[in-house]
Amino acid sequence: MTLVTSKMGRRAFIKNTSLAGGGLVLGFNLLNSCKPKTTEAVVAELEMPKEWYEINGYLKIGDNGVVTILSPNPEIGQNVRTSMPMILADELEIDWKNVVVEQAPLNTDLYSWQVAGGSRSIMNSWESLRMAGATARHMLKEAAAQAWQVPVGEISAVAGVLSHEASGNSAGYGEMASLASQMEVPEEVELKDRSEFSIIGTSRKNVDGKKIVTGQPLFGIDVQREGMLIAGLAHPPAFGMKLKSFDAAEAKNMPGIRDVFSIKLYDEGFKKSAFHHTAFNELVAVIGETTWEVMQAKKALKIEWEQASESVESMSILGREMTVKHPTGMENSDTHNAKLKELNTRKGRVARKDGNPEAAFAKAAKIIERNYSCPFLAHNTMEPMNFFANVTEDHAELLGPTQTPEWMEPAVAERLGLPLENVDIQMTRQGGGFGRRLYGHFMVEAAVISQKMKAPVKLVYSREDDMSQGMYRPSYYATYRAGLDEDNNLIAFHVKAGGVPESPLFANRFPAGAIDNYLAEDYTIDSNITTGAFRAPRSNFIAGAEQSFLDEVAEEMGKDPIDFRLELLQRAKENPVGDPETNDYDAARYAGVLDLVREKSNWGQNESGVYRGVSAYFCHNSYVAQVLDMVMDNGNPIVQKVTSAIDCGIVVNPDAATNMAEGGAVDGIGHAMYSALTFKDGAPEQTNFDRYRLIRHSEAPKEIEVHFVDNGIDPTGMGEPPFPPIMGALANALYKATGRRHYHQPFISDRPPLVG
Amino acid sequence: MAKFTLNINGKALEVDVDPSTPMLWVLRDHLKLVGTKYGCGIAQCGACTIHLGDTAVRSCMLTVSSVGNQEVTTIEGLSEHGDHPVQKAWLEVDVPQCGYCQAGQIMTASALLKQNPKPSETEIEMAMNGNICRCGTYTRIKKAVQLAAESGS
Ligand code: FES
Ligand code: FES
Repeated sequence: MTLVTSKMGRRAFIKNTSLAGGGLVLGFNLLNSCKPKTTEAVVAELEMPKEWYEINGYLKIGDNGVVTILSPNPEIGQNVRTSMPMILADELEIDWKNVVVEQAPLNTDLYSWQVAGGSRSIMNSWESLRMAGATARHMLKEAAAQAWQVPVGEISAVAGVLSHEASGNSAGYGEMASLASQMEVPEEVELKDRSEFSIIGTSRKNVDGKKIVTGQPLFGIDVQREGMLIAGLAHPPAFGMKLKSFDAAEAKNMPGIRDVFSIKLYDEGFKKSAFHHTAFNELVAVIGETTWEVMQAKKALKIEWEQASESVESMSILGREMTVKHPTGMENSDTHNAKLKELNTRKGRVARKDGNPEAAFAKAAKIIERNYSCPFLAHNTMEPMNFFANVTEDHAELLGPTQTPEWMEPAVAERLGLPLENVDIQMTRQGGGFGRRLYGHFMVEAAVISQKMKAPVKLVYSREDDMSQGMYRPSYYATYRAGLDEDNNLIAFHVKAGGVPESPLFANRFPAGAIDNYLAEDYTIDSNITTGAFRAPRSNFIAGAEQSFLDEVAEEMGKDPIDFRLELLQRAKENPVGDPETNDYDAARYAGVLDLVREKSNWGQNESGVYRGVSAYFCHNSYVAQVLDMVMDNGNPIVQKVTSAIDCGIVVNPDAATNMAEGGAVDGIGHAMYSALTFKDGAPEQTNFDRYRLIRHSEAPKEIEVHFVDNGIDPTGMGEPPFPPIMGALANALYKATGRRHYHQPFISDRPPLVG
Repeated sequence: MAKFTLNINGKALEVDVDPSTPMLWVLRDHLKLVGTKYGCGIAQCGACTIHLGDTAVRSCMLTVSSVGNQEVTTIEGLSEHGDHPVQKAWLEVDVPQCGYCQAGQIMTASALLKQNPKPSETEIEMAMNGNICRCGTYTRIKKAVQLAAESGS
């Protein structure tokens, strides 16, 4: 046990208790009388207690020993609704089968970082969740000590049972819950030693599993309320346009339609954060009784759009200020690509320089130079954007899928003219996030419509609305150069990377710090197409480019690609170039995943007809190495197997983390191979899955193996890190399989130009 | 508007809707059976898959007027207690990530196994190819279909 200072205060259980009960139509309703029907495949049916005792903001204990744990963070498929409560339950020392999980509402007094972003849910809450569990365990022990009149130090707590050996007393948590809830919150609590964990590190099934496979309402789009109306929104068909006028006469007369009006999202002068941003501030709202009727009426709208003028806005992002500039005019992918290529020939902004790269390149015996690119991508969460809002004179209730409730709340409050405490935000389970739901304009839209309609409203985007609304993964371009001397030693390295509208460069990441003469430059092109974080922002391109390039350099040097990377990492570890504090990675952990993937994939023992590519990357505080095995079938590349080695510290729920890592590999292969969003005159050319290609079942790897480094370090990121490196492994395997390097995503269309 | 009596999950249910309304929205908005999901509306993603008789169909492009008295099964009616072999296999393999596509996946898989109780790996891939999983749970989906086939659906 480790003694740590408790940071738990005795605060209100949740901000607004009315929300905890009747208000929730979604999420875990186990607390009400409706018990789930269960089968042997899921947890045994739990008897609900007669009385609950609130111990702290994260948990309450029933008189029968059942524990409710509130999971604070948005669940977007990363499985935090299971893994976060697991952490708490372990410290509480309770049998997992006596736990029920509820989604906590937004409560900035109680929780910090109620955000699904940056792969930080577990990392940022690791300590507070443990503390919450340990504090409660301590208070239960204190209660038992008082009840039995024995020293607290002699009480043990195991799997929900308190006992005192000498006196032979023992009691379940439920029996002591009432007394425990009145105990002083301890100043200090003991946390378990890693060797004492009994839930953390064991695989537990998704707490929502049963509801998912039986089609229970769980998602924002499933919300149903008495008197609820459906809203749809029409936005400009192209970026660079805005609303001029509209004629809703026909739409208004269509069956089921209640109203049509335009809405303005933010008033001029509203100080936005980057998470409030939207390309389209003025929209036409259609409100009706059912989704289909609203979708039909939207088609009947006659709207005139006009060109928007240039805009320059200053926004805050996580405490920093940034300027977002949207030029006027309708943009084209062809123009973007031509501009990127052109800027690439000019000098960029120098982001890092070690040694004398110019001189080293000048004296190099051989220079390898390669260009890489990728298109815009739409997040395409399976569940399109939607939100439920019920705004009355003095209160706003918001319910739905958002990755950033905490950051959206002030925008909603300000827009509605309500004090912050009168805005309540609750989260549903979310049909994917991938960064898209970090940008919650749809929540404000729903609130504005509900306020105007004076009715509960569920706003639903069609797939086309969703795919053409913006906040995309930017389009990127990068050039890599390596200089080799006569003896084939790597003496100079240069990366220049830019994008529309941001650069994907990480100047201080590997191989920075491992090469004496190093230069990193970047450049950007302004655009009125809005972009945002997409699973592992920037890494999701630059990892693949860098790792393909390193593969090519290793080949030129006649080295095994893993050996080559390990040699560079050895250098970075023993004698780093530049200030070692500046280098944005831990060379030993980096090498660790390469060693592990080499061992687990039997690297070097190549089967004939199997083509392998390797890649490794660091992002979101974690390290991932992947080996991809490809076979050719009638000229078609088939991904036979992916072997992943991951260092994300302690793995809370191994099977669920494995699922994420499998998904990361599929996602990375899919986007690098097949997906693209292109623009013509400001309009996306793909607005649904007929033209926007996502990876499908038959294209996924046949097998994915995931191995974790067991190093006992506190958990680091897990949602994003398995996604970026696989693109490099894919490109490298494709080269082995086809004899041709692939530089431009999506690889499926990166073909040599037709000759003749 | 027109009245239709539909045979859904073994029950006769009446709705009064425009005849061109897709079954997806009849189920979701009128009958409050929201397990059937909207993903694309153009028969490209499979999120809206239901059974018409024993066949998996995309409910987003199936008008209510074309259904007649055919037996409709949705995810809510696949089994009474959520214990269809495919559902059990899904839980055993712990397939879902976000979970949004999974009702559609399960409906496609259960129709496949009804018609072909012992599908080969390629047959599974082909049958499941119309169901997109954006989270990338395909390897688990395949494993779960194989497990359900083994346990005899
Ligand atoms: S919603 Fe029917 S196939 Fe996508
Ligand atoms: S589990 Fe998220 S789309 Fe399939």
